[in-house]
Amino acid sequence: MSLLYKNVKQLVFDIDEFIDAVEQGVLVFKEGVVNYINGEKTSFADKIKRINRLEATADKLQRKIDDQFYRHSILPQNASDIEHMLDKLDEIIDIAKDNLYQFGDELPFIPKELKSDFIRLADTSVESALAVFPASRTFFREPLKVKEMLSKVYFYEKEADKISRNIKRKLFHEIKDLDLSQKMHLRYFALHIETISDKAESLADMLSILALKMNI
Amino acid sequence: MIILFFLSSGLFLGWSLGANDAANIYGTAVGTRMLRFKTAAIVASIFVILGAVIQGAGASHTLGKLGSVSTLAGAFTVALSAALTVYWMTRMRLPVSTSQAIVGAIIGWNFYTDNPTDLGILTKIVSTWISGPILGGIFAILLFMLVKRIIKKTSVHLLFKDIIIRYGLLVVGAFGAYSLGANNIANVMGVFTSAVNLPTIDLGIIQFDSTQQLFFVGGVAIAIGIITYSKHVMETVGNTLMPLTPEAAIVVVLSQALVLFIFSSQGLSNAIQSIGLPAIPLVPVSSSQIVIGSIIGIGIYKGGKEIKYNILGSISLGWIATPMVAGVMAFFMLFFVNNVFQQDVGGNRTLVLDNVIEQKNNNVSNSSTYDISDSLMHSKSALADTLASSPNVSVTEESDSIVSSNSILLLLAIAVLITAIIILIYRLQQKNKSAEYTLKQAKALENRYKLKIEQLEKSIEGKMQNHVDLGKELKFRQSEMVTMAISIIHKNEFLDNLKKEVVKIKSGVKDNETRTHLNKLSLMITQDLSIDRDREKFQMHINEQNSSFIHRMDESFPSMTENEKRLASLLRLNLSSKEIASILNISPKSVEMNRYRLRKKLKVEAKVNLTDFIRNF
Repeated sequence: MSLLYKNVKQLVFDIDEFIDAVEQGVLVFKEGVVNYINGEKTSFADKIKRINRLEATADKLQRKIDDQFYRHSILPQNASDIEHMLDKLDEIIDIAKDNLYQFGDELPFIPKELKSDFIRLADTSVESALAVFPASRTFFREPLKVKEMLSKVYFYEKEADKISRNIKRKLFHEIKDLDLSQKMHLRYFALHIETISDKAESLADMLSILALKMNI
Repeated sequence: MIILFFLSSGLFLGWSLGANDAANIYGTAVGTRMLRFKTAAIVASIFVILGAVIQGAGASHTLGKLGSVSTLAGAFTVALSAALTVYWMTRMRLPVSTSQAIVGAIIGWNFYTDNPTDLGILTKIVSTWISGPILGGIFAILLFMLVKRIIKKTSVHLLFKDIIIRYGLLVVGAFGAYSLGANNIANVMGVFTSAVNLPTIDLGIIQFDSTQQLFFVGGVAIAIGIITYSKHVMETVGNTLMPLTPEAAIVVVLSQALVLFIFSSQGLSNAIQSIGLPAIPLVPVSSSQIVIGSIIGIGIYKGGKEIKYNILGSISLGWIATPMVAGVMAFFMLFFVNNVFQQDVGGNRTLVLDNVIEQKNNNVSNSSTYDISDSLMHSKSALADTLASSPNVSVTEESDSIVSSNSILLLLAIAVLITAIIILIYRLQQKNKSAEYTLKQAKALENRYKLKIEQLEKSIEGKMQNHVDLGKELKFRQSEMVTMAISIIHKNEFLDNLKKEVVKIKSGVKDNETRTHLNKLSLMITQDLSIDRDREKFQMHINEQNSSFIHRMDESFPSMTENEKRLASLLRLNLSSKEIASILNISPKSVEMNRYRLRKKLKVEAKVNLTDFIRNF
């Protein structure tokens, strides 16, 4: 049993570290988008490297956590749910990394009129994800409190939706001096950034159900 | 050896108790993989033996009061009747409890031996059968409330909580095993305590009297039952009986352990008596029924929606049917053992042969003539008749031959019983194997289906997501087209206005050169209006987006021209005639005319809106 305690202690530490890595990844993504929009190429390249590293760390930790759960038969009744939840967390950093890479690879042209909108979209979308991380941590300690912590996630997700829609409207209704291809390109980038908040919302839905399941 | 044989029925009862009732203690813990079976079996075995040896006397004493089976053969038969009742009723899928079977068998013994049954003791015992599950339910509710409150108030990490629950299940299970041993050992060995008198074993610090030695052997039989067969029960029956969360399982096992402990603790009973309350009846109770009571208690606390009330009916049936079946079986088996095997079953029915031998010995010592007593005359024993009619035969020789024929019969019976037990165990093993195989197959099938369901769910989820994405994409494309259409309209309006202005300026200009330039400009505008690249691009876009719609139209109305298809595509975008006119660079009147022709070609009735018809096509 003392061996089990030691393993569980390590597992708790790993889970916290995993959530930290995802959280940091999302923050790096936000900074990376701002760097790109402001044309700070060196900082942007640094952010790409950092998010790559964080994503690799998260993947490694996730595999380790999965292994520990099965090897020591920890929380046998809820292990698969928890792993599914960690999968969803991992998806957030995966998408953040992919999106940042797309900025670097596709170099979308962002007109002046839309710069602040894109920054606001990245900020709001990331806020939504940042609100879901404390709820994920609380799920492990006080599952009953999770539900009340998720309202922020839904709020920011809706805000991100609005901003994204606004960007698209501006693109196709107001901005005349862009080619259709450029408009469509930017429209996809708005969608990519918005996806982070969508994933956060999906995780929030799952957390609220899991919290209910945990209630005996 | 003979003692062991006579104990075999009790040991078999102990084995089946261990095999079945261990699932009530560690069923959920092992079933949910919170504890390994090996750990659970070792802990349960140790604590069952401890409970039996340390605290088993109380409940056994009460059974003794109900009927003190004073001979080994009688005790053997009573225990065997109870064991066979349990086995038969289990096979018939009837609710059964070892505690109730042994009580029924003892009453059967009382009837057979004309021993009076103490109704006061019987009432006490029956009342505990009813109060046991009720008490279990009450404990479960209180403990469940407590556990819930503790969980709510503490913020222990889920994974550490998992460790605490594992420890909890192990400790509570150990207490449950101890209480099970203390309470239910009376079922296993209770009937033998009056019949077997073993010398006390003195280990210096501790002394083991005859009863404790018997209880130790019974405890070992229960432990063997736990180790050899309970895993199977835990994996099959255990989970179906208690599909509980580990937290709820702690509550249920603790309630059960508390009730079993209360009904077996002499110390607790004395303490209660010392404060002026009535003594607790120390009676063996059914652990399965207490577990059911506890689960129902939790169900009531949760609102009572999930309770299957028919289970209460089956418990009540068990209270009546089990003792009756065991009693009748014991009566007939005692008759059989007494009259066929010539064994003394105790009570007022002493063995006829013993009377004969005793009588003859008395006669030898007192006088040389044989005087058959009246009681012997009434006896139907053929052997006794023979003895009476042959006075020259030596008494010692006769009694020796009787004992020897008795021993042959006994050995025969032992052989038959051992064979029966071997066959029973073999059949159980075969059944176990086939059940295990079926279980494995069912599990494999279940896993396969689970996997399939998961895959299907994932694919449905993916498709749904695709559907949503496509819906978004479609909306976006439509809005793109509308935007494009609007920009074309604006551009054309602008060009049209420009053309009008040019014509206006031209009419006021007299200079020929300027007029020529203005004419050129007007022509360019007209050309741009008719050969509009944007419009071409838009048209391509429209055709691309509406390819399936156009295909459907082609199939249904093969005579449609390209212009009509174009008009239909634009109507599908919900554009007005004026907007369409601008896009196609024709007058709104022409558009109206084209709409009329299209309506005729599509055979759309006058009362139906053409745009709606096309949009829903």
